[in-house]
Amino acid sequence: MWDSTIVNMILEGILQTIYMSVVSTFLGYVLGLPMGILLTISDVNGLKPNPILYKILDVVSNLVRSVPFLILLILLIPFTRLVVGKSYGSTATIVPLVISAAPYIARMVEASLKEVDAGVIEAAKSMGASNAQIVFKVLLVEARTSLITNATIALGTVFGYSAMAGTVGGGGLGDIAVRYGYYRYETDIMIVTVILLIVLFQIFQNSGMAIAKKFDHKK
Amino acid sequence: MYEIELKNLTKTFEDKVTKVDAINDISLNIEKGDIFGIIGMSGAGKSTLIRCLNYLERPTSGQVIIEGKELGLLSEKELRQERQEISMIFQHFNLLQQKSVVENVMFPLLLQGVKKAEAKKKAVSLLEKVGLEDKAKAYPSQLSGGQQQRVAIARALATNPKILLCDEATSALDPQTTASILSLLKRINKEYGITIVLITHQMSVVKAICNKVAVLESGQLVDTGKIGEVSLPEDKYFWIDGDSKLTDNQSGKLDINNSEVDGYVG
Repeated sequence: MWDSTIVNMILEGILQTIYMSVVSTFLGYVLGLPMGILLTISDVNGLKPNPILYKILDVVSNLVRSVPFLILLILLIPFTRLVVGKSYGSTATIVPLVISAAPYIARMVEASLKEVDAGVIEAAKSMGASNAQIVFKVLLVEARTSLITNATIALGTVFGYSAMAGTVGGGGLGDIAVRYGYYRYETDIMIVTVILLIVLFQIFQNSGMAIAKKFDHKK
Repeated sequence: MYEIELKNLTKTFEDKVTKVDAINDISLNIEKGDIFGIIGMSGAGKSTLIRCLNYLERPTSGQVIIEGKELGLLSEKELRQERQEISMIFQHFNLLQQKSVVENVMFPLLLQGVKKAEAKKKAVSLLEKVGLEDKAKAYPSQLSGGQQQRVAIARALATNPKILLCDEATSALDPQTTASILSLLKRINKEYGITIVLITHQMSVVKAICNKVAVLESGQLVDTGKIGEVSLPEDKYFWIDGDSKLTDNQSGKLDINNSEVDGYVG
């Protein structure tokens, strides 16, 4: 049974998993990073407090995060179809993955930025830095290590969620594991895919941490 | 014209339950070239007062006038420009941890849009001035407290300010280091004619370098004037007097006898 079809399927699964995880995390940051920055500066103790904006972002992010991913995946089918033209396949899975990851990412970005020493921000203000300069030249730079560490965690989480892509025919290793291992009792295929998932996850996690460490000058 | 003029400055902090006058009706004149010390206990309002001088803290009422310009009348943008001429150093140095020493000194220049090469040249010459040219590529976490404060001073000088605010700048340092930082400040004051305003709870700091002093007590100005003319409240502070002699020795090899003791106990 380990013929070239199976091997090709698994290879394709690896690529699909990487594709879904990386693209979704990246797009998640495209939405989540600005959202996290806005949460940070609009907070009561932020650079430009704005209770209304903060509340809106707060509610939106909590709302999305409270819907289980599997449900979101199904709920979003009409929207997905609108965006990518179809509701199945790896690319279609990216839509709900991004929607679900962005608020998490926003919260993690917010937490990272809020860790930045208030004294350093005050020093920048005393030099006449504008709020934009403080965000881009102080907050994002000083929080770099924490941001990279959190990005690694985000990638890992999205990676895990992408396994549910099978529900909408999304492909990837998770899909293969479920289809062959669970529905067809082909345990050996399932074990291979699970091992591959573990290996991929380790690669993501370790390279993320290595990058974070490389960029950290605070000890 | 005074360099810094404070008129009836009051700052009130309010929350749901309490209302505190951090500083209350303070009027003060500081002349160009002064090294002006503001001394008081913890909670006397020193930090609030010094933050009003560059409007990091907006006073509730009263005026801050810098070289004839009233800060309260400036727009956000004008205020930011004004701040470029009023530098500040801090108790905990507040250096950018992820940037090297030379990048830290370049930072205020880059904020102003100065070209990188030019900023670097200036930064390197300032690091020479504070005796840290060999640490240019190091990161703050690799430096001692005294070295970090020197970097902060170099950074504060980068924009050629007319005023330097020192917020408990030596409180986190040991006596020898304190003395060497103070002598550096004194040298800067002489060489560049920069007006220095420093707040401290260490009487020895005031005695060592200030020519004028103001005593702050629970938000109110108790006394102000030239050192020697003001009766400093000795019953509330204690210090080892020494001669407060400062050598201009940068290496930090200072005579223990003239160094500091933590200012006040209470």
